[in-house]
Amino acid sequence: MALELEHVTKRFGKFTAVDDLSLSIPESEMFGFLGANGAGKTTTFRMILGLLDPSGGKITWNGNPIDYSTSPLIGYLPEERGLYPKLKVKDQVIYLAKLRGMAKQNCLKELTYWLERFKVPEYANKKIEELSKGNQQKIQFITAVIHKPKLLILDEPFSGLDPVNVELLKDAVLDLKDSGTTIVFSSHRMEHVEELCEHLCIMQKGRPVVHGSLKEIKRSFGRKNLIIHADYDLSFLKDSRGVVKARQTAEGIQLQISGEDAAESIFREVAEKGFVRKFVLEEPSLNDIFIEKAGASYE
Amino acid sequence: MNNFMTILLHTYLSKLKTKSFIVTTLITVAIVAGLANLSGIIEYFNKDDQERIAVIDETGVLLAPLQEQLDALNSNISLIAYKGSEAEGESAVKDEEYKGLLLLTFTEEELPEASYKARSIADSAIPSELQGGLQQLKTQMAATQINLSPEQLSKLYEPVPFDKTALEENAKTEEELNQARGLVYVLLFIIYFAVILYANMIAMEVATEKSSRVMEILISSVSPIKQMFAKILGIGLLSLTQMALILLVGYFSVKQNLDTMEGGFFEFFGFGNIPASTIAYALIFFILGYFLYATLAAFLGSLVSRIEDIQQMITPMTMMVVAGFMIAMFGLGQPEASFVTITSYIPFFTPMLMFMRVGMLSLPVWEPILGIAILLVSIILLAVFGARVYRGGVLMYGKSNSFKDIKKALQLTNNE
Repeated sequence: MALELEHVTKRFGKFTAVDDLSLSIPESEMFGFLGANGAGKTTTFRMILGLLDPSGGKITWNGNPIDYSTSPLIGYLPEERGLYPKLKVKDQVIYLAKLRGMAKQNCLKELTYWLERFKVPEYANKKIEELSKGNQQKIQFITAVIHKPKLLILDEPFSGLDPVNVELLKDAVLDLKDSGTTIVFSSHRMEHVEELCEHLCIMQKGRPVVHGSLKEIKRSFGRKNLIIHADYDLSFLKDSRGVVKARQTAEGIQLQISGEDAAESIFREVAEKGFVRKFVLEEPSLNDIFIEKAGASYE
Repeated sequence: MNNFMTILLHTYLSKLKTKSFIVTTLITVAIVAGLANLSGIIEYFNKDDQERIAVIDETGVLLAPLQEQLDALNSNISLIAYKGSEAEGESAVKDEEYKGLLLLTFTEEELPEASYKARSIADSAIPSELQGGLQQLKTQMAATQINLSPEQLSKLYEPVPFDKTALEENAKTEEELNQARGLVYVLLFIIYFAVILYANMIAMEVATEKSSRVMEILISSVSPIKQMFAKILGIGLLSLTQMALILLVGYFSVKQNLDTMEGGFFEFFGFGNIPASTIAYALIFFILGYFLYATLAAFLGSLVSRIEDIQQMITPMTMMVVAGFMIAMFGLGQPEASFVTITSYIPFFTPMLMFMRVGMLSLPVWEPILGIAILLVSIILLAVFGARVYRGGVLMYGKSNSFKDIKKALQLTNNE
């Protein structure tokens, strides 16, 4: 296991931000680290980066503790933009890359590559404050990956980007993963997590409430989504056996049910009523699971 | 160590290249060069600036001796006998032909009496010079009236012989004290401004990095403590660069103008023969004072989340510098006051007060050494404490910014 967190706890006075968190993330894997606001994600990241010391437990990278001697191996993209507004893109990236142990020449070469890959080569000599939010995010991403880190922490990497640029960055993230980088990925956009991560963990109040592979999590969640479209009123289904949640839609109803057997009885119920134009039984989405487990809504 | 140098050089070079730094340095250099050439500049403007005063001398005997008196006083007033009437003279003054009109008469006791008329009497230099000249004249005339010989007169005005001698061995003589006062005064000013200026700069730097959130990236690659000291040293280097530039320009322009300055203002300020030890102490206390306040400023800066709050945060620190400076100014007049002696051992005042005392008095060597030791110890203590606050402070974001935050910041770095 490349990144290992063993019974990590962090307390601030009486407040416990992270409570007995154990994770192990293998090399070359993208791990989804989810949680509502204030669930302890940033605190965990800061502990992994060595900015905060855990109150208990330990964090290791390939068996070694993480400290400033390992900093060239680590890349970090914080949730908030963290760049000098008055500095030119080139100077900025070089300065931060030097601090990660990179030589200047090599850095210039890599910077040219990345700027071209992100289709913004003309920004090298612009000041950060002159760039749009999305373009600043690209530069932020470059500073996180330019030194080819072994462990990359991405906290909301796609915020502020348009769909085209999201694809651009997503491709870059996938390439990094394929070239052996271990990535811890945090996002509130569940579709991105579903698309990119095989394993994930959902935090709630500092504790991991869901942990495992995406498939397993979906299977063990048990519940499924049932979508029914018909020309008559379907609201009577709200009280049927096995229905956990119901939501009226324009063309019919969307139900969350406890399992497949519930779907069968509902199918018989609506068949008696009349013709059904659509009857779909779906796997739950990560969004559903998150809302259920983390207890907050993200629409 | 490599990262340390990277941050140090980055801080130094990026600050060095900013417009504000270049502009302030240029302005200061210009002011220093201007001051050094001041006498030359004044002379240039005053070259042929004879003040012409019309005089209606009803006595017929006062004009010539008065002009003599004025010349003896190095005045640039030239008296011109006016032949017309008083009203004509007044209109001539109004037409700016003359600077003023002086009417000379005798009193009943045959002593001079005068009245002066000018367009405005805002310029008090001319009337007071005229008055001074007349006063001398009157004294002489009155003396003659009561049959005093010139010898008797000079005896009257002879100052009492009054000799001050310091009994303590190697105590400074009156003359030396005056010289020291001037030099210490100037150096105190430099220390005062430099500490305020550069400590502010550091607090601003830290707050900028924090508010732009670049801090999180920085301290994920370099330890906050290393980063803090690299920054302090970087700005320190910057301050020395600026100081060196200003002093260099000052030195050369003074050297060039040395002939014109002999005996004047510069001798009074003690630049004639600067004691090397005073300069050495100035440098030591400047550097130590800088480090003390820079460390304080860095950790105060780490506590605010927005640049707007920085002034509020460092106000107490600025007040301390100002207080130290005030006491030092007071101490220039009474360097031996026990109040000054005691406060010179309080770390935040030591840089200015101990320097002032060592410059003004002949202290036993252990006193400044003790002051330096106190400073070193407090810098180390402050650095250890400040580094811990800094480590937590840079991770803290929020609205509040009070000294309660210090506790919160310390809690963040706690392992338990």
